Amino acid sequence: MGASLTKAAQWTSSGTGKLEFTPMNESLLKEILCFVEQFSSQHPQEAEHVFEAPLQWSTTLVASDFKTDYDISDLDVQSHEKDSEGLPLLKLSPPTVYVRSFSQLAKLVHLADDKKLEEVRACLEENRDPVVKILGPCFAIMLDGEGPHTDVLHLVGKDQVKDSEVKVKLFHLLQNMDKQLLSKLLEKISEQVRLDPTAVKNDMELLKRFCSEGEKRVLKSVRYTSDYEFANGCRAPLWRQVHGEICHLVIETCDTEDLYITCSTTGVFVNGGIKQERAESGYERTSDMYKDLVTLLKSQSPYFAENINKQDFAVEELPSTQRIQHVESVDKKEQGQPQRSYEQQEKNVHDKARQQQTLYKTGREKFYVPCPRWKNLGLTFPSCEAEEKKSSKSSAGAMPKKKLGLGAKSKIKAEFSVSSIPGRLSSQKIKTPAGAMPVELSSESSLESEEEEEQSERRVESDTDLPPEYWQIQKLVKYLKAGDQTATVLTLCAMMDFDLMQETCQLAIRDVGGLEVLINLLDTDEVKCKIGSLKILRKISHNVQIRQTIVDIGGLQNIVRILDSPVAELKALAAETIANVAKFRRARRTVRHYGGIKKLVKLLDFSWNLDTLTPNQKKDVEVARCGVLALWSCSKSAKNKKAIHKAGGIPLLGRLLKSRDENMLIPVVGTLQECSSKESYRIAIQTEGMINDLVKNLNSDNDELQMHCASAIFKCAEDKQTRDLVRKYNGLQPLVSLLGKVNNKQLLAAATGAIWKCSISTENVAKFQKHKALETLVGLLTNQPEEVLVNVVGALGEFAQIPASQAVINKCGGIKTLVKLLVGTNEALLVNVTKAVGACATDKNNMSIIDQLDGVRLVWSLLKNPNPDVQSSAAWALCPCIENAKDAGEMVRSLVGGLRLIIDLLKSTNNEVLASICAAIAKIAKDKENLAVLTDYGVVQLLAKLTNTTDDRLRRHLAEAISQCCMWGSNRASFGEAGAVAPLVRYLKSKDSAVHQSTAMALYQLSKDPQNCITMHSKGVVKPLIQMMGSDDEMLQEAAAGCVRNIRLLAQANRNARLFY
Amino acid sequence: MSEMSAMNRKLKQTVAETISKQVEHFNKTEIECLIREFTVLLGEPAAPGRAVTGLDRAKFRSILHNVFGMTDDMIMDGVFRTFDNDNDGFVGIKEWIEGLSVFLRGTLDEKIKYCFHVYDLNGDNYISREEMFHMLKNSLIRQPTEEDPDEGIKDLVEITLKKMDHDHDGRLSFGDFEKAVREENLLLEAFGTCLPDTTSIEIFEQRVFQEQLEP
Repeated sequence: MGASLTKAAQWTSSGTGKLEFTPMNESLLKEILCFVEQFSSQHPQEAEHVFEAPLQWSTTLVASDFKTDYDISDLDVQSHEKDSEGLPLLKLSPPTVYVRSFSQLAKLVHLADDKKLEEVRACLEENRDPVVKILGPCFAIMLDGEGPHTDVLHLVGKDQVKDSEVKVKLFHLLQNMDKQLLSKLLEKISEQVRLDPTAVKNDMELLKRFCSEGEKRVLKSVRYTSDYEFANGCRAPLWRQVHGEICHLVIETCDTEDLYITCSTTGVFVNGGIKQERAESGYERTSDMYKDLVTLLKSQSPYFAENINKQDFAVEELPSTQRIQHVESVDKKEQGQPQRSYEQQEKNVHDKARQQQTLYKTGREKFYVPCPRWKNLGLTFPSCEAEEKKSSKSSAGAMPKKKLGLGAKSKIKAEFSVSSIPGRLSSQKIKTPAGAMPVELSSESSLESEEEEEQSERRVESDTDLPPEYWQIQKLVKYLKAGDQTATVLTLCAMMDFDLMQETCQLAIRDVGGLEVLINLLDTDEVKCKIGSLKILRKISHNVQIRQTIVDIGGLQNIVRILDSPVAELKALAAETIANVAKFRRARRTVRHYGGIKKLVKLLDFSWNLDTLTPNQKKDVEVARCGVLALWSCSKSAKNKKAIHKAGGIPLLGRLLKSRDENMLIPVVGTLQECSSKESYRIAIQTEGMINDLVKNLNSDNDELQMHCASAIFKCAEDKQTRDLVRKYNGLQPLVSLLGKVNNKQLLAAATGAIWKCSISTENVAKFQKHKALETLVGLLTNQPEEVLVNVVGALGEFAQIPASQAVINKCGGIKTLVKLLVGTNEALLVNVTKAVGACATDKNNMSIIDQLDGVRLVWSLLKNPNPDVQSSAAWALCPCIENAKDAGEMVRSLVGGLRLIIDLLKSTNNEVLASICAAIAKIAKDKENLAVLTDYGVVQLLAKLTNTTDDRLRRHLAEAISQCCMWGSNRASFGEAGAVAPLVRYLKSKDSAVHQSTAMALYQLSKDPQNCITMHSKGVVKPLIQMMGSDDEMLQEAAAGCVRNIRLLAQANRNARLFY
Repeated sequence: MSEMSAMNRKLKQTVAETISKQVEHFNKTEIECLIREFTVLLGEPAAPGRAVTGLDRAKFRSILHNVFGMTDDMIMDGVFRTFDNDNDGFVGIKEWIEGLSVFLRGTLDEKIKYCFHVYDLNGDNYISREEMFHMLKNSLIRQPTEEDPDEGIKDLVEITLKKMDHDHDGRLSFGDFEKAVREENLLLEAFGTCLPDTTSIEIFEQRVFQEQLEP
């Protein structure tokens, strides 16, 4: 109990020694209560044990609560039960109660009935060290101490109390209880750990200490990008705080470039380099998420990682313990949102959005609130309440509005609100004549694969600041509600005259309840009203918040239903609106659930003729175009991709691909490329003959169309047949010419990607070479964004499989740039760079350049990268490097700690990593000295442990490594002792001939040890080996024969020995 | 009688022949069907021997109401006025077919002309504020709480003028109307439904053209 109470329970900070009312404490109390209640029944003997000192606290119980077993006189109560000295085990002299045994404690708790918890709470609050009182100080120290198996009896010896055995048992019981409590709490805490400003600040303090001059220096400097600290402890601009970001840092390390780091509530990561407040791109995440700064630095800066461990460990421990104390528990729906109007409107809103809001809310409190869930229990902060009242007052009358940023009319806020409209919405934000619209919007869609997350919003509003449009729109919505169809159509037309792409108007429509009316109109029979309504919805749904509201109020269902209408214009408008709304996951799911995918696919199915279109067919084409647009939006969800496939959408898309209209082609190809992340689509695209059309459209004048075509080819060209088809339809040349469009990075990324995948086929590489693709690609190695670089380098890696290209890469100066890229952080890029460097290293000339540039060291250090793909790719690249380096042995030795690193990776769980490391070991072990070092590091045992694998790729390289490692000292025998021989014999049953070869070589080496021969023979190695002697592979023949010979020689010697002695 | 009907049929055919040269959207058989429908609607002549000139206002309005689901008296009068090209108070057979040609199958241009004519209540070639007010009078549900129940309508008229009155003379000329409708097709029936919806067109055409072809 000691540990859990002092460390885990959340005591109020005020120093009054009260337990806070947090759910965690509550569960802790319940656990203890349960323990006490069951104690006397489960351990009757221990329950009678008299405490060393009474537990005393002020109780709410009064004399009348006690019953038969007690002496009641006036207000005082004494128990019948007495100890050996005749003192009562329970004594009540109001308001204090003294209890001296567990049985009494249990009874008291029973009497307290529904006030149980309060009693336990009071008891714990007033007896901060219950164990000391129960068992005496000596035991208590041990209970808190580290080792649970300390010599208890020894202590007991000192203790003259006669019931020592009971005491020991009691001690163990308490200790168990303590452990259970802690582990339960830990489970809860681990669910909740998130960073908060205080934890970040502590980390910063810690890091700053590392910046000191002198030997201990691990970092050069650490600083915040902003000196201004908000009241909530954050330093990030407010509009970034909405994203959960706490602050941004610049850290100068000793060995890498400056790191621009973002600390957010979910973790820390490297950002794109924030130089100006307003630059959007700088905030993007460019690294993995790490749980804290130290972990991030460890992975980003090898120097830091190496040296931090030498630093005082106490220092490093500091932040983690503190963090637990400042646990920010952000939970799902439990967050109290006391604002009712807000609740009603937002009840459907995604949990995530809600979390963000709460985060912001709590963040705004002047003081830190350790556990906001406490609010649920009915206690709100005065400042908060006041604000909420104000907000509900000002929103009365009109529709319920969201007001989260209330009271934040401070200067800082206003300043940021201007710069806070990110990306594509900025164009929609137009200042109204009445002054800047005080709407602050947090909408951005920079998450992976353009996925748009649902956002919360913060707005500051007061009636006086509303723009004139707001009132006009409010009036129109009133007419919409009251009008018949004629008035409705007129009003809708009037509404269309507003600039509906402007955010002010979009939000005004929503805020006055217009969305509901517009959606309701879709349910009527009036075609004109529906058309008018959709014409408005189609425009305002460009706004993120409107989209979400449409889904929240169930409007998407209505829109999907309209897809069945016989009126072409309605169908087209509905599909177009869906295309806009289905930009986020929940909307896409809704479309699917209401059968929208099937209906959309149906829109594509109409009969048409390319050359002559009747007016009606033109309408059909337009409907189909809108349908494809909607499918494109929807196809970002994996399940929708399946649904489109199931609904028979692929052949229809293939038919539309024959169109010559760019407006049609772009969404069609866009959908196809989006879907071709699925294999079924790739196959269908190939079999439906779409590759030809895709290639044709590569020659279009439209950049966007070209981009989608290229990225569709990029995705589809994983398949060999597709690659051949691209060549057959002359698609390679246009791809190369796309490389000239250096200013359109997206297009460039798609084109280089397509080239990369196509170049996996060597025939294609030859074709590419004719068009001088390689030279152009090498030129693209500099000054390109990472998504382009990854593909360029990937392509170089494939090109370099052909010896001729290796020389070209060198001639163009590609090796130097490639080696430079080895210090990057992007994992996909690193995988490709190492592959390319490895491929180049197969050429001796190139290898000497790589060596000069210190490339081997760089590749080697990538083994430290946490990503197994990078690890294995680096290890594969090392093989040719070691093979082709001039003095490979010396080179390897010169890398301090390099061999250790290799050995450590043999403990990886990833088969590809293991295989690559084995291959590298096979190369390294060719140098005797290095083999000696490897042997010292225990390579034999580690390799032997891996032998039970069934992965043929690993088997092959493992056998290779084993055969090379046999060449030192008693390694052959050691392999035998480590049990590596028997599994190797099994490898001969594998179907992979490469495995046979390397296994036979390994067996040949191992057979030089007689003991191994016996093992092999007993495992039946001879028969398969004799078969292999008949193989066409000379190496295999020789190795198999050599092995059989060794076995035979041993048998001969044995017989001779028996015969002659 | 048979001689009579034979003559009638011949007469009908010649009438159909002449009309089909003047009317765009119907072929000759369809016109024959429409003529037959017209005679059915006309019913027995009130006084035998006297040639009936056509459908009077009441009959025509009941057709609009029953067949095409129109309700607004003012609009129906407008439609009658538009059909009744020669202003003789009757829709004659030629007027009937010409009118239906636009009514059922008109192009946008024809419909714009037609609608403008319907809405131009006094025939002065302008839709004035007052006419608009008149036509929209019942289009908003009146809130009993409002001080001036007509305020909403007036406002609606102003909004409409703002949108459609391109030359800012406070009334809609045909040019204004045409331009506005071309910009936004929804404004075609801006002041009340004066064209049938697709379903009633289908029902009507099916009844008149197909059923009558069978016998």
